[in-house]
Parts: sequence; structure tokens; C-alpha cells
Amino acid sequence: MLKQTEGSRAVAEAIALCRPEVICAYPITPQTHIVEGLGEMVKAGELAGCEFINVESEFAALSVAIGASAAGARTYTATSSQGLLFMAEAVYNAAGLGLPIVMTIGNRAIGAPINIWNDHSDSMSMRDAGWIQLFAETNQEALDLHIQAFRLAEELSCPVMVCMDGFILTHAYDRVDVPAQAEVDAFLPAFEPRQVLDPAEPVTIGAMVGPEAFTEVRYLAHHKQLRALALIPHLSSEFAAKFGRASGGLIRPYRTSDAETIVVALGSVIGTVKEVVDDMRGEGVAIGCVSICSFRPFPLTALREALEHAKRVIVLEKCLAVGLGGIVSDGVRKALSGVMLKGYTVIAGLGGRAITRKSLRQLFEDAGADELEQVTFLDLNADIVASELERETLSRRSGPTAEAILRRLGTVASGIG
Amino acid sequence: MFQIRIHGRGGQGVVTGAEMLSVAAFLEGRYAQAFPSFGSERMGAPVMAFCRIDDREIRLREPVLAPDALIIQDPTLLHQVDLFSGLAPGGYVLINSTRSFGELGLAEIVRGGGRHRMCTVPATELAMKHVKRPLPNAALLGGFAAISREIKLKSVAAAIREKFPRAIAESNVAAAEEAYALVTKARETSDA
Repeated sequence: MLKQTEGSRAVAEAIALCRPEVICAYPITPQTHIVEGLGEMVKAGELAGCEFINVESEFAALSVAIGASAAGARTYTATSSQGLLFMAEAVYNAAGLGLPIVMTIGNRAIGAPINIWNDHSDSMSMRDAGWIQLFAETNQEALDLHIQAFRLAEELSCPVMVCMDGFILTHAYDRVDVPAQAEVDAFLPAFEPRQVLDPAEPVTIGAMVGPEAFTEVRYLAHHKQLRALALIPHLSSEFAAKFGRASGGLIRPYRTSDAETIVVALGSVIGTVKEVVDDMRGEGVAIGCVSICSFRPFPLTALREALEHAKRVIVLEKCLAVGLGGIVSDGVRKALSGVMLKGYTVIAGLGGRAITRKSLRQLFEDAGADELEQVTFLDLNADIVASELERETLSRRSGPTAEAILRRLGTVASGIG
Repeated sequence: MFQIRIHGRGGQGVVTGAEMLSVAAFLEGRYAQAFPSFGSERMGAPVMAFCRIDDREIRLREPVLAPDALIIQDPTLLHQVDLFSGLAPGGYVLINSTRSFGELGLAEIVRGGGRHRMCTVPATELAMKHVKRPLPNAALLGGFAAISREIKLKSVAAAIREKFPRAIAESNVAAAEEAYALVTKARETSDA
């Protein structure tokens, strides 16, 4: 059914259609509306057989999810930013134990300085925890990916994060097609756990493993993700056949077959990138873009096939690896190992800074002329940086950086975008 | 594509206004996208929300930098925020005020844009009259329907009814209808 609704509400409805049995969460912006919506549905008795558990922290949220999933319940939670960091130990445990929990990340920056707005620092910080990470481009895709995520998680016995841009998607009202219960039931069978804590047939889960077997357990976790590289496209195709629309998959190339310049990005910014690609194509520029949906497992082969014929690749990242540059760029370079082309890393959209068509257009033109630095910060205010560096030389006790910059900027409410 | 930017203060229903506008457009079979730009999550702080309406899927995710229409829920922002930034030539401006553009010190803006595209409407007073609370968003959407003709009043009313429980919805619809009538009358006067 077509609806005009908030991204968070669309995700809550998708989760409800997946017939979850345990939902636990702790509120944190910008994810909160999702679990609020689910809490209301449980309270209204709309989710038969589902228990909503209020917990005292994010660490407890995922710990309860681990227990519930180990007891054989289809389990869901959601978080953002510092919330994900606070549950970090449990994030690794959920994956290490092979529990098919699905968790939404309403992507948000990590402090300090404290910032509630969107970037990808939170989920990227957990990239090596053993979870599958899928990034949604639109609210429709966020809805669809959650349905695919339970199937993927349960077939592999591996937890899955569905990452959607905080505010830009979670708080956006958009048109979404919400499937019927029967359609979702036909795609997502009942949860048949590989391991279950059952008093009638007792087992322990979570043994201590020494050097004699730790490597093998870890290798098998890696092997599981490599299997996901085949399963993700398969599920995406099956989803398309049953629901009549393309969502998910490893990557999605757009106008790349004859492109000399290809932009690689994740999440909602791809929409704006496509607008700029179309504008430039209209003027005869051979440019295209690739959206990475599956960030973990990282689709090395698919990316290589999509990118290797280009002259240059621009990786647009909403996360900064401080002291290195880009995180996604590292993976893309590995995918292109041995291929001679120019590679640019662009850090953009940190802490909610708007990524505009105008700035992207200038960026792509500079890249086309090969006039970009290897690592560029989109729309960096060089004057403010220079003046702050200068100020720090004037006095040993120069004080906190963020506050000094805010003082210099004056009122921040006066500008648009 | 038609782009609207709504300015107001936290607690005035700015975000809800943009959401209802997108629902109204959806109900007319169009594509619409509404999203907020929280400066800070505080009552009274300047807040913006955006709405885009188009006949095809909307992919663009940047803030509305060049609006075709501005809805200003709180005239005290006039001297605090760069409200008119990027306003398209001939763009629509609707301000919640009992005063005229001239009295607000905005005569210059009207001269640039044409009278029938610019209007003030006492939305807070209409809200107090019908809703009994100073929430001007629904009235302004009624005014917007009248000034821009981008959306029908009955779609605005349907969107309000989708968003609120019945009693609150009906009082907001009444506010929207009266604002629609006032702005329509003002347009006719200025056209004459």
C-alpha cells in the first residue's frame, strides 16, 4: 500500500511485518521514532506474540537482544551514535556468538564535540565487529532492507545492521510502498534457529576458547560473510521478483558503463549525486556513480568490475578515519589493486553538513580536470581553520577548539543549509 | 519541482506543517518529500523545515536553498535569520502576521515579487480562535494553498485529518479554511 509517511514509521511498519518476538531498545536521537512506533504497536496489541522490553541503557538493549535471540526469538533493536559505542562489547558478542539479531542504525556523528546530526561515524566504528552492514539509499529501501535483513541474518546465523541516514531519512516524509503481511510471510519464513537455549535440550552458548581453536572460530565468521556476498544478491533478486522493485544487493551502478569518472558513495547522498550525474551527462561529461549497499561484507569483486574501466574514482565518505583519510576508500583501493587509475577521497557531510549539488558539481569538475588533492574535505572553511591554527600559536592556554570556533562564527541560526 | 521552505520556532509545528504539506501533495497523486533542519531541539529556537513537490521521484537530499515559496510562521525571525536567502524570482511569500508587508518593513520585497505572490495572514489569531492554542501551521497551509494554487484546500484538510485526532483536526481545518478565504480575498483585491 502506498503511503506518505516518515522514514522511521516506515521502518517500524516493516519490522512489524517481520513478526518480531522481542524488541528492546533505549531511546537516542535520531533513531527514537522507530522504537517509539513499535512500542505503540505492541501496546495496542497489534504485534501478536511480541514482547517490548524497556531497558536502562544501550548496553542492556543489545545484551537483552543477545539473550532473546539465543532463546530462539526473532529479535530487533535500534540505536545511533554514542548508543552504538556504549553497546560495543555486546556488538562483538552478538556476532561472535552468531546470533541473527537485526538492528537499525539511524546514522549520526560521534562526539566530542557532541553533535546529533548525520554522518556515518557510528556504524563505521563497528565495521569489523562481524555484523553485516547494509546501507539504505531511500526510505523505501530502508523498509525493504529490513525484510531482507531478517532472512539474511537467519539463513547465515549472523547479525545484520541496516544503516539509514539520521534525519535525512529517519525524519523525512516520503512515499513508500508498504507490502501486505502475506507478501512478507511468503518471503520470510518463521525463524528456525541453528542454536537455541532450551531447558528440554540444554546446551551452553559462549564457551571460552583458547589459542587451540580461536583462529578457526574467527575464520568461520569471515567465511560466513564471504557466503553473504553470494546470498545478498540472491535475496535482492528474489525480493525483486516477489515485491516488484529492486532493493538491496551488493552495489548499484548508475550510468557507469562508459563513464570516465565514477563516484562511489553510501546511503542517501547517492540521490543528490545522481542529480548531478544527470546534469553533467546532459552536457556530455562521461560520469556515473556506484552506490555501495553492502558495506560488510565488502564487495571487492563487484566493485572492481564496476570501476576498473574508469579513469578516475571519487569516493565520497561521510566518515573520517582521523590520521588516514577515508575508510570506504581503503576498501575501494583494495578492490582496484593493480588497476592504474586516479583515486580521490572526499570527506563530506560530517556532523550533518549539507552536501549540495553546487558543491558536488564543483568537486566532480575539479576531479575531471585532475585538480583534486588525494584527500579533500568538501566545503571546508579554510579561513576558520587558518585563524584557529594562528590563534593557537598566540597563547599556550588557547582554550578549547570547538568553543573558539563557535565564538568566531557567531549565531549559527542565521544561515540556510 | 516546487520547493517550499518553512521558518518558525521550536514548538510552533514547523516540522508538522511541512509533513502535512507533503501528505496533501501525495493525496493529489504527486511525489513529495518533507524533512526538518533542526538548528537545535529547543522550544523557541529558530527551526526550518522543507517540502519538495514533483511529478516524478524526488532524489535530491540537499536543504531547500532556492525556495519557490517561503512560509514564515514567526515574524520575529525577520531580523534574526536570513529568511529570504535564495528565494526564486517571483517566489511566493506567506508571513504569519496581523501587519502588512509595509508595516513589517518589507515593502522592498513586495516590489520585487509582485503583490499577489506575497501575503500576510494572522495565522496565530486564527489558531487561537479555532484551535485555542497558538499553533499557526494549519492556518498557514490553508493560506499557502490560496496564494500558490500548488495544492488544493481539500487536500490540506485531508492531510490535517490524517495527522491529528478528530476534534483537533476539525478545529485546525477550520483555521486553514478561514486563512484560505482571507488570502483568496487579499489576492482578488490586489489583482483588481
